Amino acid sequence: MSDQSLFKTVTTPFRTIPKSLAISVSILVWVLVVAGWFALTYSGAVKEMFLPKPEAVLITMGKMAADGSLWEHMLASVQVVLIGFIVSSIVAVPLGLMMGTYRIVQAFLDPLVNFIRYLPVTSFVPLFILWIGIGIEQRVAVIIFGIFFQQLVMIADSARSVPRDLVNAAYTLGTRRIETVFHIVLPATLPNVMDVLRVTMGWAWTYLVVAELVAARSGLGYISLKAMRGFQVDVIFMAIALIGILGLITDQIFRLVRRVLAPWAH
Amino acid sequence: MSALNLSNDHRSSDIAIDKVVLRYGKGESAVLALNGISFHVERNEFCVIVGPSGCGKSSLLYLIAGLEDRTDGTIRVGDKTVTEPGPDRGMVFQGYTLFPWLTVAQNVEYGPKRKGFPAAERKDIVDHYLAEVGLSKFANHYPSQLSGGMKQRVAIARALANDPEVLLMDEPFGALDSQTRHSMQKLLLRVWENTKKTVLFVTHDIDEAILLADRVVVMSGRPGQIKKEIRVDIPRPRTMDIVMEPSFIAMKREILDLLKNDDDDH
Repeated sequence: MSDQSLFKTVTTPFRTIPKSLAISVSILVWVLVVAGWFALTYSGAVKEMFLPKPEAVLITMGKMAADGSLWEHMLASVQVVLIGFIVSSIVAVPLGLMMGTYRIVQAFLDPLVNFIRYLPVTSFVPLFILWIGIGIEQRVAVIIFGIFFQQLVMIADSARSVPRDLVNAAYTLGTRRIETVFHIVLPATLPNVMDVLRVTMGWAWTYLVVAELVAARSGLGYISLKAMRGFQVDVIFMAIALIGILGLITDQIFRLVRRVLAPWAH
Repeated sequence: MSALNLSNDHRSSDIAIDKVVLRYGKGESAVLALNGISFHVERNEFCVIVGPSGCGKSSLLYLIAGLEDRTDGTIRVGDKTVTEPGPDRGMVFQGYTLFPWLTVAQNVEYGPKRKGFPAAERKDIVDHYLAEVGLSKFANHYPSQLSGGMKQRVAIARALANDPEVLLMDEPFGALDSQTRHSMQKLLLRVWENTKKTVLFVTHDIDEAILLADRVVVMSGRPGQIKKEIRVDIPRPRTMDIVMEPSFIAMKREILDLLKNDDDDH
């Protein structure tokens, strides 16, 4: 490919680019971020107290991995996120499908859901502590409160957009009305539902850290807060990096599961 | 009734439409879509409705399928009065309504599966109807991998595999290019000769109407009513060549005039 046509390819809207080029630039962004990090710390432009050197973060990670505290805190966080996410999803998926399919369910839930959806989750943290205490249940509750209503609304929206004639065709083939939700609406929206779950999983991590910053004795948010008090910026950076990596992994898992469950939707 | 009606002994019923009225909305803003339509489609007949867009011809099909509720009048298919949709009335829709999460074979299998046919019998049915529409090789493809014409061929196979008493077709070839449309018409005629289902076919394409029909019902618009019923006694099997024949041209002129008068009325 000549330089001229490559330039034209990458500047054409929506045009696909060669796979090797895509991988190269995906790596490049990280090279730039890490190089910038090195430049800022080694030039002395930013004091080490605010931004640790990259290798300092790695060394801290190695130390905490060796003494086991890293795994303990990571596991604590993953546990809370998974419980909150799974409990929320198990209720939100079927209820969202019903809400999008049956106008009566929508009319019943919409006013309440749309009210709660706009309340900032953080404002409920003190209330949850008062009600539930500072155990794992409190953090799980924050996550559920943070993602459940969003999941509900997005899943209901995608159920509502199922083409009417798809349902009509199912009727003419002998599908009964009561079967429509799980025979037609669920499979028709499955790729969308998987995307909603993937996106809200990311939000679950955000609410986890919120909950852990306020009241927790373990977890990645908890060690960040503790590290702040001791000016251990390297620990904070490590915790942030770990959450990012865990997020990246769960994201990939969701993409994989979507491909397995919904092979027809690319 | 034998479970497997592959070559002969197909089920087929007549359709009786009596003083059917369809009104949308209430009071001042009510729209009269169908104004007392009455006609009869005989058992094994291929009947085509032509009319301008918005004349209510599609609505009439939806009423017969039971997908919409009529305001007044009665519709009877075989010995049953239509009250809701059911597998005795198969339908092929204007848009693509294959289930995207099922393969071509699974789409065709959907109706027989709902009826509880055993797997071996279902396989025979699927094989037969996919061969009938020339798509045996695509049994394991997903609908998203098919062209528009192929999707509609699968939709026809899916409707017929369910062995309905009547087949309702709502401008099924309207979205296809003229080349594909001609081959679809040919295919439909061949399949129909083999099954002799009662077919009620809606189109705004006059050539298509005469080519396919035993009888053409010409409708006028707003409110929809029947202008004339024209018997097409061009012998079968018919090919595209008949469009050059004087009897075809005379019939086409008659229908054009009927539709043109309708324009002048407005």
